[in-house]
Amino acid sequence: MTTTAERADFRFNWVDSFLLALRIAAIFVVVWGTVGALALGFVGEGLSGSAWKDLIVAGLAQGSMYGLIALGYSMVYGVLGFINFAHGEVFMAGAMVGFFVADYFFTSGLWVSNFIIAILIVLVVAVATSTFTAVLIEKVAYRPLRNSPRLIPLITSIGVSFFLQNAVLGLVGPAVKTYPQAPTWLSQKISVLGLQIEGTKLLVIVIAVVSMIGLWLFVERTKTGRAMRAVAEDKEIAALMGIDVDRTIVTTFAVGGAMAGVAGILWALLFRGVSFITGFLPGIKAFTAAVLGGIGNLVGAMAGGVLLGLFESLGPNVVLRGLRWEIPFGLGIAALAAGIAVAVLAWRRGRVSVASLAGALIMLGVAGIGQWSIVIPGLTQLKDVVAFSALVLVLIFKPSGLFGEQLADEDRA
Amino acid sequence: MHLLEITGLTKSFGGLQALGGVDFHIDELEIVSVIGPNGAGKTTFFNTISGLVVPDEGRIVFEDEDIAGLEPSEITRRGIARTFQNVRLFPDMTILENVMVAQHCRTETGVWGALFNTPTFRNEERAIEERAKDILGFFGTRLTGYRFRQPAYVLSYANRRRLEIARAMGTMPRLLLLDEPTAGMNPKETAELTGLIRKLRDEKGFTIVVIEHEMRVVRDVSDRVVVLDHGVKIAEGSYDDVSSNPDVIEAYLGRPAEEGA
Amino acid sequence: MNQTVTRRSATDLDWDRVRRWGIYAGLTMAFLSSIGMVENLDKRIIVDPILSLGFLALLWVPVAFGYAATYEEAKEGMAAPEKGERDLVGGLVTGLIGGLFFVAFIAIADAVDLRGVFPRIGPALIDLLTFDRGVAIGSLLWLVISGLLGMFGGLLHVLPDRVRRAVTNALAAVFLVALVEIAVVDIFESLRLTVISDWIYAKNGGVTIAGAVVIAALAALSSVRSEGDAVVRFRTRYATMEGDERKRFNLIAGAVAVVLAVVLPMILGGLTNELLANVGLFLLMALGLNLVVGYAGLLDLGYVAFFAVGAYTTAILTSPLSPKWTPMLTLDFFSIEGWVVMVVVVAVAALSGLVVGTPVIRLRGDYLAIVTLGFGEIVRILFLSDWLAPAFGGAQGIRNIPAAVAGPVEINGTKPQTIFYVVVVFVGIAIYVAWRLYHSRIGRAWAALREDEDVAEAMGVETTKMKLLAFITGAILASFGGMIFAVKVGSVFPSSFKLIVSIIVLVIVIVGGMGSIPGVVVGSLVLIGILGGPTQPGLLAEFGEFKLLIYGALLVFMMLRRPEGLWPSVQRQRELHQEEILQDAWLKAEAADEEGKR
Repeated sequence: MTTTAERADFRFNWVDSFLLALRIAAIFVVVWGTVGALALGFVGEGLSGSAWKDLIVAGLAQGSMYGLIALGYSMVYGVLGFINFAHGEVFMAGAMVGFFVADYFFTSGLWVSNFIIAILIVLVVAVATSTFTAVLIEKVAYRPLRNSPRLIPLITSIGVSFFLQNAVLGLVGPAVKTYPQAPTWLSQKISVLGLQIEGTKLLVIVIAVVSMIGLWLFVERTKTGRAMRAVAEDKEIAALMGIDVDRTIVTTFAVGGAMAGVAGILWALLFRGVSFITGFLPGIKAFTAAVLGGIGNLVGAMAGGVLLGLFESLGPNVVLRGLRWEIPFGLGIAALAAGIAVAVLAWRRGRVSVASLAGALIMLGVAGIGQWSIVIPGLTQLKDVVAFSALVLVLIFKPSGLFGEQLADEDRA
Repeated sequence: MHLLEITGLTKSFGGLQALGGVDFHIDELEIVSVIGPNGAGKTTFFNTISGLVVPDEGRIVFEDEDIAGLEPSEITRRGIARTFQNVRLFPDMTILENVMVAQHCRTETGVWGALFNTPTFRNEERAIEERAKDILGFFGTRLTGYRFRQPAYVLSYANRRRLEIARAMGTMPRLLLLDEPTAGMNPKETAELTGLIRKLRDEKGFTIVVIEHEMRVVRDVSDRVVVLDHGVKIAEGSYDDVSSNPDVIEAYLGRPAEEGA
Repeated sequence: MNQTVTRRSATDLDWDRVRRWGIYAGLTMAFLSSIGMVENLDKRIIVDPILSLGFLALLWVPVAFGYAATYEEAKEGMAAPEKGERDLVGGLVTGLIGGLFFVAFIAIADAVDLRGVFPRIGPALIDLLTFDRGVAIGSLLWLVISGLLGMFGGLLHVLPDRVRRAVTNALAAVFLVALVEIAVVDIFESLRLTVISDWIYAKNGGVTIAGAVVIAALAALSSVRSEGDAVVRFRTRYATMEGDERKRFNLIAGAVAVVLAVVLPMILGGLTNELLANVGLFLLMALGLNLVVGYAGLLDLGYVAFFAVGAYTTAILTSPLSPKWTPMLTLDFFSIEGWVVMVVVVAVAALSGLVVGTPVIRLRGDYLAIVTLGFGEIVRILFLSDWLAPAFGGAQGIRNIPAAVAGPVEINGTKPQTIFYVVVVFVGIAIYVAWRLYHSRIGRAWAALREDEDVAEAMGVETTKMKLLAFITGAILASFGGMIFAVKVGSVFPSSFKLIVSIIVLVIVIVGGMGSIPGVVVGSLVLIGILGGPTQPGLLAEFGEFKLLIYGALLVFMMLRRPEGLWPSVQRQRELHQEEILQDAWLKAEAADEEGKR
C-alpha cells in the first residue's frame, strides 16, 4: 500500500510513461552493447586492446576539439540566452581561411622546413578569421534583436548559418580542400601514460588544453572576464554597475570565435579536409557537448566535449557492435530476477531513475532468455545517428547538464 | 463535509521550506482570506492548490477527492480557478477571447466538430461567446462593447485585474482563488473591488479564497482569516480575533528586518 | 517645441553614414561578383539586349544602398524630416564610394590572379564586368553608373508619393513580366495570341525594349490613378473586415482560386505546371508547419521527417520494387484501395508525430527546435543506412512508384497538370483544416499556450494534448505532401529529405507571416515560384546555386526588418505593433467616455 503522501511526490502521466520507456530503451541498448563488447573482447571476437586504446585516443582528440567549439555556444547562451546556430560556420571559416595560408606555406616550402612556425601562423590566421566572423555576425544580425523573444534570434542564426555556408560555397567552390600532410615526425606514435598516442593527436590535445586554460584564466582573473560573468548573470544590473554591456557581449562573441578558430585548426590536423559544410555536424555535436556539460558552464563545456568525443568514437564501434553478443541464458535469468526486485523497490520509492533501471534489467533478461542479437552492417554509417541520438537524449533527459547550467533566471524559463 | 480540505501540505524548494504542513479548509459559499508577511508562502499555497506546483506531502481534498498531484488543467476542470499576483493575461488575444479560451475545459467539441462545422459545434461556439460576454458584463461597461475586440494589453492596470477575474470566472469554477486582487489599485477601485468580491459570492455563488495585503479589504470581505508565516499557519479565526492575536502582530511587526525580503 | 524650421543645406549630411553605406555597397557588389552570380545570371535576359539578370543583380545594390544611406525615419510626434537636394547628394556619394570600391575590386582582380582561392574571379568575369572595353573604360563606366543609381536611390525620397509609386511600379512591372515569361508565353500560345507574346518577348528571352516601354508606361499610368499602395491598402482592409463581410470576401476569393486552379493548368505548358505543382507541394507543407510554428508556437526543425515518412509509406505500399513489403496497392483516389493507402499514410504520420512529439513537448522552445532537428537527421540517416536497407532500399531508395489514379486519369510526374490538380485538392483541404481549427476552441487554446503556457494550463487548457494535436496535424499534412511527392517523382531516396527542406518550409512560413494562411500562400508563391525548392527550379531557374544563399539572407532580413511577415496574422500584428493599437484604443476609449457623459 502506498500512502497519499508518497503518491503526491511527483506527477506521472502518460507523457512520463513514454519518456520512461525511452529511457529504459536507451539504458538497455547501452548496457547490452557495452557488456557485449567487453564480453566479445574477452573471447577474442571483439576489438583488440590496442584498437580500444586507439579509439579512446581518437575520442579524446576529437572531444577536445568539440569542447573548444562548445565553449562558444555555452558562452553566448550564458550571456544572451539563445543558441547561436551559426557558430559551426564560424569554426568552418577559420579552418577554410587557414587552409589557404597552409597551402601557400606548402608551396613556399615553409610548411615542410619549419612546420611549427607555419602551423602557428596558420593558427593565428584562423583565430583571427573566426573571431572576426563571430563579431561581424553579432553586429549585423544579433545586436538589433537584443530584447526579442528567444526563438527570433535562433531563427536568425539559422539564416546566418545557411548564408555563410553558401557564401563560402560561392566564393571558394564546392570542392573539399585538403590541408597539406603534416611532417612524418608528427605522425609517429609517442607513448604517454601507457597510451600510444599519435603525434598529431597529442598536439591537438595539448593545444586544446592550453587554450582552455587560457580562456579560464581570462574569464576568472581579468576584469573583462568578470564583466562577462556579471552580464551573464543579469544584463540590467551589470549595466547599472557601469559595465558596457554591448562591449562585453562583443568580447564574448570574439572569445567564442577565437576558440572556434583554434578548433578549426585542430580539425585540420585531425581530418585535413575542409569544405563549406564542414561546420554543420561539429557545430551540432559541440552544441550537444555544451548542453551535456551544462550550458553556460565553461569547464562543463570542455568536459562535455571530451565525453561526447569518447562516446562518439566508442559508440558505434563498441555499443552497436556489442549488440551482436547474445546474453547468456543464465545471465538473462539473473537480470530478470534483479530487474523484478528493483522494480518492486521502484514501486515503493516512486523514483523514475530506479524504475528505468528496473525496466532495462527486465529487458536485458528478456533479451537473454530470448537469445536475441542484433548484427548491424555498415556501423560507421551510423556514427552520426549515435551523435544525434546523444543530442536528443541529452536534451530530453538532462537539459540542465551534468555539471549544472549557469544561466540568468530569465533565460531558464 | 468541507468543499476544500487541506491537511499537512508541505513543499520545499531546495533547502527552503515554503509550506510546512499547512491545514486548511473552506466551506461552500465562504470567503476566506489568507494573509501573512512577504515570503510567508501564500502564493506557493495557491500554486499547490491549483497544481502549478506539486506538493511534497499532504492531501488536498476537493469535493471528496484528493487532487494533489493532478495536472493544473484537470484541477481547473474540477472547479478551482485562480488569478495571478502579477496579472498574467494573454496580452495579444482580445478581451473576449481571453474569457472564451477559459471555457476550454467546459466545452468538448474536438477536431471533427470544428472541421465539419456541426450544429453542436456552432451552438457551443455561440454559447461560449455569449457566456463570455455575459461574464464581462458583470464588470459594468468597462470590458464590453468596443472592448470585446481589443487586445488585452490595451487595458489599464485595474481593468487587467478585472479581466483576470473574468477569465477565472470563465472556467466556471466552484472555488475561486484570488491572488492579491487589489494590488496596485487606487482606494476607489479597491473599495469597488471589495464590493465585487462579495457580489461574486452572493450573486454568482462562488466560494472564494483571497490572498490580500490590504487589511481593509480583508476586514470587509472575509468570513474567516488564515494567517501564514514561514509556511506555517499561525492563526485562524474572524478578522477581529486574528488582528488582535499577538503571534500575528509579531509576524507582521515584531521582526521588521524580514519585511523587505 | 522649436517651431522654426531651418532649411538644411545640400551638404548637411551624416557623412559617416554615407561613407559606411557606400563601402557596404561596394563590398556587396564585389561579393556578388566573386560568387559568380553576375556571370551565371548573365544568361537570363530581362530587357533584350540591354539588361541581363546578372547585371540586375549588381545594379540594385547602389540604388538600395543609396536609398538606405539617406533614409530618415519619420519619428512619432516630430516634424517629418525635410527632403531635398541633400538626399540626392547623399545618394550620389554613396553610389560613388560604392563604385570606387567595386572598381578597386575589378582592378585587383585584373592585376592578380585570384583563381587559386576564388575560382570564379577570372578573366571571363573581368571582361563581363568591364563590358569588354578594358579595365580603364569599364571602371569609369561603373563609377558613373553606380553614382547615378545611388542618386536615383536618394531621389526616391524626394519624389512625391505618386511619382515615386509610378516609377517603382513601372520598374517592378517590367521585371515581373520578364520573370513570368514562360507562363505568359504558355498562356498566349493556348489562346493563339502568339502575336502579342512575340512582340513583348525577344527571341533569346527577355522583354523587348518596345515591350518594356509599353509595360512601364501602363504600370506607371495605372499607379498614378490609384491612391496609396494598393497591396497595403488591400491587406489592411482585409484585416479590418469582420464577420459577414470577411466571410463573403473569403468565399469570393475561394471561388476565384478554384476557377483559376481548374483553368490555369489547361492553358499552361508542362514547365509552368511543374512549377505550380512544386509551389503547391511546398504550400501544403508550409500550411502544416504553420499549424505547428505559427499557431502552437513550437519551432519544429525536423519537419522534413514527416514528409519523408509520407513518401516512404506511399512507396512501400505501392511500389513493386519495395524491398521488404510489397502490397502493391494502387493509389486510386476513387477506390477503396486508394483510400486504404491514404489511411495508412495518415496513421503512420500520426504515429510518428506522436513518437517525435511526446518526448519533446516539455522542452523549452529552443531545445525543442534542436531536438526535432536531431530527429529529422536520424530519420534520414536511418533510411540511408545499410542496416535498414533491406526494408527501405538504403541510398538507392525505392523506385518504380506507379502513377496514382483518379478514375480514368493517370497521375504522375510526366503529366504535371494532373499532379497540380491533386496538389490543389490537398492544399484546399489543408487550408480548410487550418482555418476551421484556428476558429475553434482548439485554435484559441493554441493561441493561449503560445502566449503563456503555464497560465493556459492553469486556465484549463490541456497543453500537452493541444501541443501534440498541433504536432500530429502538421505531421499528417506533411505526409500528404510526401505522398504526392513520391507519386510525382516516381521514386524516393533519402537525399530528397535533407534538413534544407525543413528550413525552406520554415522560411516560407516566416516570410509569409507566421500564423497567417494568406501569408503562407503568398510566401510559397513568391519563394518557391520564383526561387524554387531545394532541388526544384523556380521562375528564376538561373538562381539555382544561389538559392540557399538567398534563403539564408532572406531569413535574416525578415527577422530583422519584418518579423511579422509579408502578410501578418491579426495576432502577430497586435503583438508587433502594440504602440499604434494602444493609441487607437486610447482614442476609442476617449470617444466612449464622451458618449457616456452625454
